[in-house]
Amino acid sequence: MTQDGKTLLRRGGIAVAALAAAALLPAHFAAADDAPALKLGVVAFLSGPAAGPFGIPARNAAELLIEAINAGTLPAPFNSKGFGGQQIDPIVIDENGSTTKVVQDYRDLVERRGVNAVIGYISSGSCLGIAPVAEELKTLTVFFDCGTPRIFEDADYHYVFRPSATSTIDSTAAARYLAKEDPGIKSYGGINQNYAWGQDSWSDFEGAMKDLKPGLTVATVQFPKLFAGQYSTEITTLLASDANAVHTSFWGGDLESFILQADPRGLFQKEKFVMSTAETTMFRLGPKIADGVIMGARGPWGVYAHNTELNQWFRKNYTDRYGTPPVYPSYQMAISLLGMKTAYDKAAQANPKAGVEDDIKAFEHLQYEAFGTKIDLALGKGHQGVHETAYGTYKYDKATGTPTITNIVYYPAECVNAPDGIKSGDWIKNGMPGAKDCP
Amino acid sequence: MVTAVTIFVDGLVYAAWLFIVAVGLTLIFGVMKVLNVAHGGFYSMGAYAAAWSVGIYFDAGLAPAGSFLLLALSAVVVGVVLGLVLERGLLRFVYGRDDILVVLVTYAAFLILENLVLLIWGVDAYPAYQPSALLGSTAIAGLPFNNYELLLVVVAAAIGLALTWGLARTRLGKLLRAVIFDREMAVAFGIDVARLFTGTFVVGAILGALGGAVTAPTISVVPGIGVEVIVLAFAVVVIGGLGSVMGTILGALIVGLARAAAVHLLPEVELFVIYGVMSLVLILRPRGLFAQAQPRRI
Repeated sequence: MTQDGKTLLRRGGIAVAALAAAALLPAHFAAADDAPALKLGVVAFLSGPAAGPFGIPARNAAELLIEAINAGTLPAPFNSKGFGGQQIDPIVIDENGSTTKVVQDYRDLVERRGVNAVIGYISSGSCLGIAPVAEELKTLTVFFDCGTPRIFEDADYHYVFRPSATSTIDSTAAARYLAKEDPGIKSYGGINQNYAWGQDSWSDFEGAMKDLKPGLTVATVQFPKLFAGQYSTEITTLLASDANAVHTSFWGGDLESFILQADPRGLFQKEKFVMSTAETTMFRLGPKIADGVIMGARGPWGVYAHNTELNQWFRKNYTDRYGTPPVYPSYQMAISLLGMKTAYDKAAQANPKAGVEDDIKAFEHLQYEAFGTKIDLALGKGHQGVHETAYGTYKYDKATGTPTITNIVYYPAECVNAPDGIKSGDWIKNGMPGAKDCP
Repeated sequence: MVTAVTIFVDGLVYAAWLFIVAVGLTLIFGVMKVLNVAHGGFYSMGAYAAAWSVGIYFDAGLAPAGSFLLLALSAVVVGVVLGLVLERGLLRFVYGRDDILVVLVTYAAFLILENLVLLIWGVDAYPAYQPSALLGSTAIAGLPFNNYELLLVVVAAAIGLALTWGLARTRLGKLLRAVIFDREMAVAFGIDVARLFTGTFVVGAILGALGGAVTAPTISVVPGIGVEVIVLAFAVVVIGGLGSVMGTILGALIVGLARAAAVHLLPEVELFVIYGVMSLVLILRPRGLFAQAQPRRI
């Protein structure tokens, strides 16, 4: 590259940063009317490829729940007002951009805007970047998504919490479902995006398959570039392989593009597909997703959520307001907010003038129920949640034009999560010890 | 044997797509010497316009075959409007200025177009699969290939032939070649370079938008697709030699076949193969495979 080219790239980078910063005008919703309000930073993808499938559904859930929490209109036991009586004043910002930019925005939220706590982050890269900064700034920070188990397996954090389980549950449950539902398979393959999420997902799935069905052959493993968009060659490779089943953790536009390109070529008729995040697409692509695809929702969320009063309230109000049912990122945001509320309420009950250390103490090792599922902050010294998960088989009801899930199986937390003190990778490698009587 | 055939077909399909999305970039550079980063914006605007209009078209229950015409029409409308607005409203004021300034102006235009996409269509994905689903599949070497993707090979060949023939055989093509060879001399001979620039930029914009429009039925159209494409398009035209249509054809074929071979035979290196090929070509021929010799001016 010429010197001019390098200069051009540098200047281009500055221009990108300037535009991204300009796009960061904060959005306030449901401003609290009682002082002193708890200023809560809410971070999710509001632009970029992850906004549609993840960021906007999560942001919508935050908006809906914070308004209801402030008004005290959530079903019991979450029907008290605010977080420990404090009204919530949310400041919503965009997660889109490099990790450096995401960290700068976090600092801006804490140091300039003076938020008391932050909830957010979908990308594992964002969470890994934010966690040490949260410690430095001593700010209670709740990650609602970002699947990587590395956050609490590689380090200890005092100010950081994540009620949602790690990506280990997605891959181990996918393997359990496939092994049980399709016992005759002889070989399997995978197509996952070539970055941490895709590689970790495949690694966990392959490891779990080796535990559950030793002796199977791996027919083909594909790692196309993230956001590649064109998968014709990979589809040919899968068609030519002798895989009976294929695992994918593709998400968002990549997943939808893959489905749209694979469907006309009959790939889903030839091979059984296990899609760990496909629940976000089932209402969008409907008949384009083949019957028989096994799909997950990163937990018992979305269509897998238990039929509780809270779930009925959430689905009805969300659908009425946003015109589409809530998908799993909405639920992940919801359970994280409910975890915060439970901890703040608990701290305030013990000490009406509770500070951040009281809130943290109340949050650690917290157990609570949300949407009929028990969330247990059992890992990472009480900062990382575990919970059950679910998988099912997709079926499009042509008569009613409705996407449905059949043959749903719920996997208890101990069947899909590593116990405390053991890294997920090691747990899978050692045959998932402690997972007994699993479906 | 099956692998050789499938690598060839896969490579050809990918090369056709690459050529369609990259050729507008090389045409604009060849004639105007403008490295147009806004090309990625033309691509995404074309894709969104096509996906949006195809959705409305099928919702209205109109004849399915007409959707193919709608794809082309979307590209023409987007290309003409954006091409005219950007060239007349922005670029003509920076002709003759520092090359870096011109590139930054097109970069700014690209960012504006990306945000315009968000303003118009929001962050939701737009699938427009119907035209692709209409055509079914054909078995080659025992494996089904999507006929729509095979049709793109024909479209790419038609565009390549039309541009090559048009530049070599038509009066307009000869005028453009005169401008490419020596802009000052062309002006001295009375050629209306400003008008040729506008026309070329509009055609380049239409080709960029066409790339997005014909891709829309095979993907989920989401924010940010233009970013990915502009990087690939640059790689292809750099391999072929900036400004050369023949170079772009060859660059697309080399990249397409190399990537297909990597995916089939050594998937671990797929991520690097495009840029590996680009690096190799630039080491051997720093100005690309088909770069024209530059006369030394005294």
